[in-house]
Amino acid sequence: MMDLLIIVAVILGIIAISKIVSVLELVGNAKGENSYNVTERENRFQARLMPVFLIAYFAFIIWQIVAWGDRMLPVSASEHGVVIDNLMNTTWIIIIPVFIITHILLFYFAWKYAYDKNRKAQFFAHSNKLEMLWTAIPALVLLILILYGLSIWNEVMEPLTAEDDPVEIELYARQFDWTARYPGEDGKFGDANVRFIEGVNFLGLDSTDQDGWDDKYVKAEFHLPVNRPVQFYFRAQDVIHSAFMPHFRAQMNCVPGMITRFNFIPSKTTEEMREITGNPEFNYYLLCNKICGAAHYNMKMEIVVESEADYNQWISEQKEFLVVEGNEESEKVNSNEGAESDTSKTENGENKQLSALKN
Amino acid sequence: MSATAHHREEKDFLFKYIFSTDHKMIAKQFFLTGSLMGLIGMLMSTIFRLQLGYPGESFAFLEPILGSWAPDGILAPDKYLALVTIHGTIMVFFLLTAGLSGTFSNLLIPLQLGARDMASGFMNLLSYWFFFLSSCVMIASLFVEGGPAAGGWTIYPPLSALPQAMPGSGMGMTLWIISMAIFIVSSLLGSLNYIVTVFNLRTKGMTMTRMPLTIWAFLITAVLGVLSFPVLFSAVLLLFFDRSFGTSFYLSDIYIAGSALEVDGGSPILYEHLFWFLGHPEVYIILLPALGITSEVVATNSRKPIFGYRAMIGSILAIAFISFLVWGHHMFITGMNPFLGAVFTFTTLLVAIPSAVKVFNYLTTLWKGNIKFTPAMLFAIGLVSTFITGGLTGIILGDSALDINVHDTYFVVGHFHIVMGLSGTFGMISGIYHWFPKLFGRMLDKNLGYLHFWTTIVSSYGVFFPMHFLGLAGVPRRYYANTEFPIFDNLYDINELITVFAIIAAASQLFFLFNVFYSIFRGPKAPQNPWRSTTLEWTTPVEHLHGNWPGEIPEVHRWPYDYSKVDDNGDFIGGDDFVPQTVPLYDGEEDASQH
Repeated sequence: MMDLLIIVAVILGIIAISKIVSVLELVGNAKGENSYNVTERENRFQARLMPVFLIAYFAFIIWQIVAWGDRMLPVSASEHGVVIDNLMNTTWIIIIPVFIITHILLFYFAWKYAYDKNRKAQFFAHSNKLEMLWTAIPALVLLILILYGLSIWNEVMEPLTAEDDPVEIELYARQFDWTARYPGEDGKFGDANVRFIEGVNFLGLDSTDQDGWDDKYVKAEFHLPVNRPVQFYFRAQDVIHSAFMPHFRAQMNCVPGMITRFNFIPSKTTEEMREITGNPEFNYYLLCNKICGAAHYNMKMEIVVESEADYNQWISEQKEFLVVEGNEESEKVNSNEGAESDTSKTENGENKQLSALKN
Repeated sequence: MSATAHHREEKDFLFKYIFSTDHKMIAKQFFLTGSLMGLIGMLMSTIFRLQLGYPGESFAFLEPILGSWAPDGILAPDKYLALVTIHGTIMVFFLLTAGLSGTFSNLLIPLQLGARDMASGFMNLLSYWFFFLSSCVMIASLFVEGGPAAGGWTIYPPLSALPQAMPGSGMGMTLWIISMAIFIVSSLLGSLNYIVTVFNLRTKGMTMTRMPLTIWAFLITAVLGVLSFPVLFSAVLLLFFDRSFGTSFYLSDIYIAGSALEVDGGSPILYEHLFWFLGHPEVYIILLPALGITSEVVATNSRKPIFGYRAMIGSILAIAFISFLVWGHHMFITGMNPFLGAVFTFTTLLVAIPSAVKVFNYLTTLWKGNIKFTPAMLFAIGLVSTFITGGLTGIILGDSALDINVHDTYFVVGHFHIVMGLSGTFGMISGIYHWFPKLFGRMLDKNLGYLHFWTTIVSSYGVFFPMHFLGLAGVPRRYYANTEFPIFDNLYDINELITVFAIIAAASQLFFLFNVFYSIFRGPKAPQNPWRSTTLEWTTPVEHLHGNWPGEIPEVHRWPYDYSKVDDNGDFIGGDDFVPQTVPLYDGEEDASQH
């Protein structure tokens, strides 16, 4: 019934508009005008709307900046982010005046030079001087921006070396969650391959690789020490994901079959950022920023930045891969090193599978 | 009536309106099909904007329209992605590539060059019907099990390659690939035809430097299409192999839906390179015709020659050339070597130079003009504004260091919708207002046109400008809802505002829709040259005629921009403020194009 009413209303609306149009047309015809030739009065009216629109457009932009300015990302929580923000501000300083000037010229000329039958348009077809001017100036400005931008790009993408003593973290993406893996005491990540994925070993760690036995992995949230370089490695299990950490001005895609990298130095702890934003609930987040399926919008991990001491405390509390996997039996077979064991966590099926893989 | 006569009439109808080889009829077919597709794309955007503006709220009227896509009136997450994907595909390819080039290249290339028809009428017919078929396949994909492709319009594998990855990657994706393959055939047939026609069928006197800028734009657009669409074809062909024949061009080390796949050695990055090798020139396949139309409309209605005709051609060529060297700026953070990122930053920012030249030339054309504000002119001015606004934010996105944090956020959505979506649409609409008399022999209503323009520009800036702020707040694109992250909680009213404007923008198009359909049948008959324009299309009779000119094809004696040209006494040459291209140079008159 409702649908029918809507359809009837739409049809009546269309009929009404067409009647109004025909009436206007008839009135226009009677006055010696027609429905397409623009009269001088109409032309002046449209011309006046030009500056009106310009002012409204600028006012709308200013309103947005005033009303929403404090909802943008807070100051960068990483060292390189400050540099990127400076480049961003410089770029705005260059493009905003260009935007304002060209828009003023556009709508001012449109208003100022509206049709007047007593005036002739000026036949002005070309000027090599002017063309040179507005080729050279943008070229110069862009050259500066390119050089500035590239110097920062190279700085940001500079790989870390062993001397930087980075914290190493692997972020592992799959539909639809994140896992962070730390290399453990030995500082080495164990090998992984999709063919080892089975049950709880969803990271596909190779249980024959001793480097991986003390690896630690966490879900839901991961921690970073402040002021120490962090080297990220990114892997994906199924489709492309993107690790986006907007507060740190950091993003890198996670591509199946590849290990991608990014590094930064967190410069503000979660607590400090809570003070800066005035929001005691504030948390850093890792988001997925490459379409990866239906729950893409809900693929997240919390990031906690804390002092080195707090971080060391936290990381020591995390369980090692072997313990989580309940793999201590196979460990005894292959290794004589003492390792903590937690028999209560043993899952026999898992144990067999991993042992089988070794043989 | 005898049976044979009846039969012949039926055949006439069939070949006049359906399987026509007349470029004007094909232009109309492209216009109507493209616009219909555009309308569908726009309605889709309104539906997913409702979800973004009012996440999780139930809209009872969605259920009868969308059925199982919107259980209880709430759009399902995977169907949200499906709508976003098909919206993008339709708008980029079906409306702004085929709809725009198909309509205006077909209509104007023969008419403005003085040709009886396209070089190959039959190829032109095929071009339209392949386009029609590809539209049908794309629409049909909406109704298959699992829904249409939903991996974003860029359909990156593995998401698009593996049916297990999401429902839309099954039959829907297969149809998407088939539809695009047919579309590419259509595009190539059309483009080759345009190129051959421009080079070979110009009338006497129509040298390359006497061609209107529209033709230059269409020509270079066609060249871009011929060079880049085959690369997309190969990209989707390899994707098809990966999907159907177990190859792994794009796949490696994948574990999905409970099993590790037997794929090895491929890379999704390869697909991204191939896709964006088309994808970036595609932006200019959309923009150049819109800019060409603007050049023509701005010059005619300013009653002034376009400023810097040769600089305009030069900038079209420069933009086209550079557009093949910038595709990597879509891939700064894919793990591509940072050195490549640096190279692509450099080439990308170079595009701003010819773009700036075009803008300043438009501004100078308006300066000291005598401007007539037809609806076409308003949309052309609107295009200059959107081209500036959207182009400037491109300087941020093209800078690899800045792209790190705005990549794939709403900043990008705002940027490309303004610079490509709005500019392309405004150019197309401007062209429709301007050449409607040539398309349908009748006039559009100016008052509805004014209403259409002002509501459209206000609401579309209302939609797309706030998106920059969302992007700077870190909101990723293609999120079904922003409710899962507390950091976005304070942005809900921005999303609501955008949605309200989106609904107004969609509703505003009703003015246009009504105007077009009313005027096709009831509009006042068009005069020969309603805008007092210099170009050749206005010398043809209003009624369409196969062959365009009843007698000889007119000869061209001058460039197309002799508006308000005065002699030494300050009087208009030829006595009026425009001199058609068919008028020989007067004694002592200087040929303005020879600089």
